[in-house]
Amino acid sequence: MSTRSGSNKNRPHGLRWRENKVVVVCIAILFSIAALALLGPLLSPHQYITTDFGNALMPPTITGTRLFGTDDLGRDLFVRTLMGARVTLFVAVIASVVSLGIGVLYGAIAGYAGGLVDAVMMRAVDALYALPFIFFVILLMVVFERNFLLIFVAIGVINWLDMARIVRGQTLSLKHREFVDAARLIGVSTPGIIFRHITPNLFGVVIVYVTLTIPQAILVESFISFLGLGVQEPQTSLGALVNNGVNYMEQAPWLILIPAALLALVLLCFNFLGDGLRDLADPKKNI
Amino acid sequence: MLRYALLRIFGAIPTLFLVVALAFLMVHAAPGGPFDAERRLPPDIEANVARAYHLDESLPDQFMRYVEGLTRGDLGPSYRYRDYTVAELIRGALPLSMQLGLLAMALALLVGISAGLAAALRSNSFLDRFITGVAMTGISVPIFVIAPLMVLVFAVYLQWLPASWSGGEGARRLLLPVVVLALPQIAYIARMTRGNMIAVLKSDFVRTARAQGLSTASIIRFHALKPAMLPLLSYMGPAMAGILTGSVVVEKVFGIPGVGQFFINGALNRDYTLVLGITIFYAALVIFLNLLVDLLYGFFDPRIRSR
Repeated sequence: MSTRSGSNKNRPHGLRWRENKVVVVCIAILFSIAALALLGPLLSPHQYITTDFGNALMPPTITGTRLFGTDDLGRDLFVRTLMGARVTLFVAVIASVVSLGIGVLYGAIAGYAGGLVDAVMMRAVDALYALPFIFFVILLMVVFERNFLLIFVAIGVINWLDMARIVRGQTLSLKHREFVDAARLIGVSTPGIIFRHITPNLFGVVIVYVTLTIPQAILVESFISFLGLGVQEPQTSLGALVNNGVNYMEQAPWLILIPAALLALVLLCFNFLGDGLRDLADPKKNI
Repeated sequence: MLRYALLRIFGAIPTLFLVVALAFLMVHAAPGGPFDAERRLPPDIEANVARAYHLDESLPDQFMRYVEGLTRGDLGPSYRYRDYTVAELIRGALPLSMQLGLLAMALALLVGISAGLAAALRSNSFLDRFITGVAMTGISVPIFVIAPLMVLVFAVYLQWLPASWSGGEGARRLLLPVVVLALPQIAYIARMTRGNMIAVLKSDFVRTARAQGLSTASIIRFHALKPAMLPLLSYMGPAMAGILTGSVVVEKVFGIPGVGQFFINGALNRDYTLVLGITIFYAALVIFLNLLVDLLYGFFDPRIRSR
């Protein structure tokens, strides 16, 4: 949906090198960040929870081992940022899997059942669509003591609506195809048809929309952590790091700038990736 | 139109009820009571506290009491701000939050639509690329990153504007929060406007108008503008939800004593009734606005009514 030059809009899809290049670059950046988040903390001599009050608020340096400096408690910001990225990415992936499960199940059932069941189910989605869900997640966090596992599930539970709509549409177009008729003819049960014949064919579309769900999940997690309601100390996430950085913005701007930049980079890459993949999958949607 | 309006209004009521029931159950499904964290009290006093807040009743009774209170605009007493009811707290903070939200919405519509139209009319130009690039950044960079960065640049380094609510007066202290709150919505609105306008300009009736020799300016004004703007109306609901969410961040960063500030404090202090009350209030506000948008949409676009 991003900028599109007039010259190549008539080419067959999949050959638009510009979109492909954006997609490839984004994938490369995201893989590097994920690898760094997983391996980086092991390479540094510092621990993410070790405090060192003598060296608090040290600025970033390329000569020593404190690559990104230290925070207000003297903890190494390089290691903490990567640990935060690890948590953020982990939450996002789990939450997306949860939303994927609910969305595909709901959408496939509504689409396959059709008629009144479909109408009622999709009307419910419409009604839920407009609600400010993030407040319900915060309500959950307040009531259930900021449970780590609950963050995953809660974020996943609120993000399935788009997926349900997309999957329903696809199911509608799939259910009258010959292979479904054939399956029904040889006596496959309805759940069997939905799980073994319809859902595997949704894979392509679903992958595209998962890429668009992940940044939303990241946004919710970091929003809650920024308010101090999500991931709790000494654990951290990118949102929690930004929250802490706000307090030391004047003396130590790197405390906010580094995690904020990484968070923005991750979100930008996921958004561009999702947009690019969507354009490649559905060339007609190009505007 | 009347049938359509009635259908919509009666459709909103179950949604509202669902929201109340869901939020209420969430809070009351919690392990332990709201006063557990405090010093242990003698059993008699504990029983008295429970009775005073009706916590000794069965869950259905408590729910009925709560819903009955809601119909009178009563959201119950706050558990932490003693002597205040939740409704009083919201009412006191609401004017400020509303002023902030409405100004942000107005700014977002003004700038977002202008930028979107400019990009659509100069499609694929440098200006278009610039606007879509900025919009993508605005969508990707979360408001809680934008807010502190704006403070850092405009208040700390440049010292043009106050960094917090208590540090300034009048319009000067309002400017930065309103702009920050509007920025993400500007990005979304600009993107939507551009996409819609480009789609409309490619449609058959615009081609016909061109064939009849109408000038580009009058095609846009009399033919393309209305169909391109109409989808924006349905974005007003999500935009409202976005501004409510954003206001929580902006009020925290700038220290503005609005509803969002009460929400965070309530959440951090485990003030169940306050968080529950504000959640229901926000949800009701968004449901009401969506209803309004639906009705307006039906009014402007007769095709919707017959569905």
